[in-house]
Amino acid sequence: MPMETARKEAFIVHAVAPAETVPETSVRPEVVPYILDEEAIARARSRRIVWGRFAVAVLIFLVWEVFTRIGWLDSYYWSSPSAILTTTWTQITEGSLLGDIAYTSGSTLLGFVFGTFLGALLGLSFWWSRSYAGISEPYLIILNAMPKLALAPVLVILLGIGFFSKVALAFSMTVVVSALSAYSGVKSVDPDMEKLMYSLGAKRHQVFAKVVVPWSMPWIISSLRINIALALAGAIVGEFIASSQGVGRMIMYAGTILDINLVWVGVVVLSLLSMLMYWGVVVLEKWLSKGLAKQ
Amino acid sequence: MSHKIEISGVSKWFRRDGQEIPAMRETSLSIEAGRFVSIIGPSGCGKSTLFNIIAGLMPPSTGKVLADGENIVGKTGYVGYMLQKDMLLPWRTILDNIILGMEIRGVPYKEATERALPLMEKYGLKGFDKHYPRELSGGMRQRAALLRTLLYDRDIILLDEPFGALDAQTRLTMQNWLLQIWADFGKTVLFVTHDIDEAIYLSDDIYVFSSRPGRIKTKITVTMERPRKTEDMTSPAFMDLKHHLLDLLSAGHDEEQIS
Repeated sequence: MPMETARKEAFIVHAVAPAETVPETSVRPEVVPYILDEEAIARARSRRIVWGRFAVAVLIFLVWEVFTRIGWLDSYYWSSPSAILTTTWTQITEGSLLGDIAYTSGSTLLGFVFGTFLGALLGLSFWWSRSYAGISEPYLIILNAMPKLALAPVLVILLGIGFFSKVALAFSMTVVVSALSAYSGVKSVDPDMEKLMYSLGAKRHQVFAKVVVPWSMPWIISSLRINIALALAGAIVGEFIASSQGVGRMIMYAGTILDINLVWVGVVVLSLLSMLMYWGVVVLEKWLSKGLAKQ
Repeated sequence: MSHKIEISGVSKWFRRDGQEIPAMRETSLSIEAGRFVSIIGPSGCGKSTLFNIIAGLMPPSTGKVLADGENIVGKTGYVGYMLQKDMLLPWRTILDNIILGMEIRGVPYKEATERALPLMEKYGLKGFDKHYPRELSGGMRQRAALLRTLLYDRDIILLDEPFGALDAQTRLTMQNWLLQIWADFGKTVLFVTHDIDEAIYLSDDIYVFSSRPGRIKTKITVTMERPRKTEDMTSPAFMDLKHHLLDLLSAGHDEEQIS
């Protein structure tokens, strides 16, 4: 119990025993506690995860291979990992698979880069005038809702069966998403931040460059992952409609001649391509975030 | 003494639902160079409106604002302005935030940092130049925000509740820090607060505003000697003034409740 040592008009001061007189033995536990090595546990867990993922992949391919060999899966429809591998190899050495991959990735990347960049510019431009933004917004939403792939035949007729109709499709898939993302960023800019800039004598273009653009970067960056997948889908559909090259055309062709193995090759190649591009975008995101949007 | 800043007949009206609503009644005040002037009043009394008008961010409905005899209505860039939120840009380092005003004016980067670094060192931000705002405490961030305002090189500085979001301990440290800076730089400071202790401790003059629509109720000159110390906050003279101000403000509050 603390002792009462001084009583004033409106308060009482209590004395508390000084720290050094508290016996040390009363606070030290009798048993030395077992200390968890949290780092070691985390390391072991991440090792388990890597091996587990690898094992699942091996299991899937093994089951696929074995089932098609013993006839539980019809290898005519399902092909098999070994058949896909050998077909891929002949397509690389004797066919034009590498050229097709280059063609498809080229139109995808071009469409992605232009669509994302111009879309972001469009979205950012809405900061300059509320009337302009207000007039444009419903049209942007309509464009976003419209299934762009349904326009593919028109684009092919308009731009021909060559490379640019595929780029245009990839572009049209990405541009609106990117514009809407950038516009969300613009709308979220803290008005007090703008106020501060004006109070420091900033002109509008300085507020735009120093606040609005970096502020909106996370929104633009968040649209990249969606956009790379959309661009690839656009390019492939373009090749389905009419094309003389590309992985999409190869799949279409293989389907018409009932070469199911070759269809599977196309599917696997596109999956790998998509994964590779996704990974590239993740790297790009990290790089952009580090440089521009340190928050 | 010369009047650094003169506000005459400034009022602000808003139109809402077809009705004209006064946010601030005709207000006139003139401030001499180098004074520390506080404005206190209940929330919504138009203190921030007044600041926005002085900073040129909002045109007044009537009246004019003169700085060194020049009409600055609707002109930004004549005064340094600091808000309650520090408004540091999160993607810039502390140093790059502090030199923002100079950067906007077109001062070369090297020159700007050469001016900023010694100030950071002197005023408690040594070694934080490469840090990002999120890595700093609230008090530190307010220091950076104030240094940014100072380095904008205006004679007049408007501070809108700069310590309103800080805890009591930090607030006290920051008040002493601000007095130090004010003594070193000799700026004319206009300070908005609703903390009576803070107003008395810091100010030469205190303007008491009435509740919405705001108008000046009283001007009080604090004659307490400088430099002031934390102990002064408990002196009888301080208590006397605090009592007086509390009465003034609570009277305004009652009026509001009745009407």
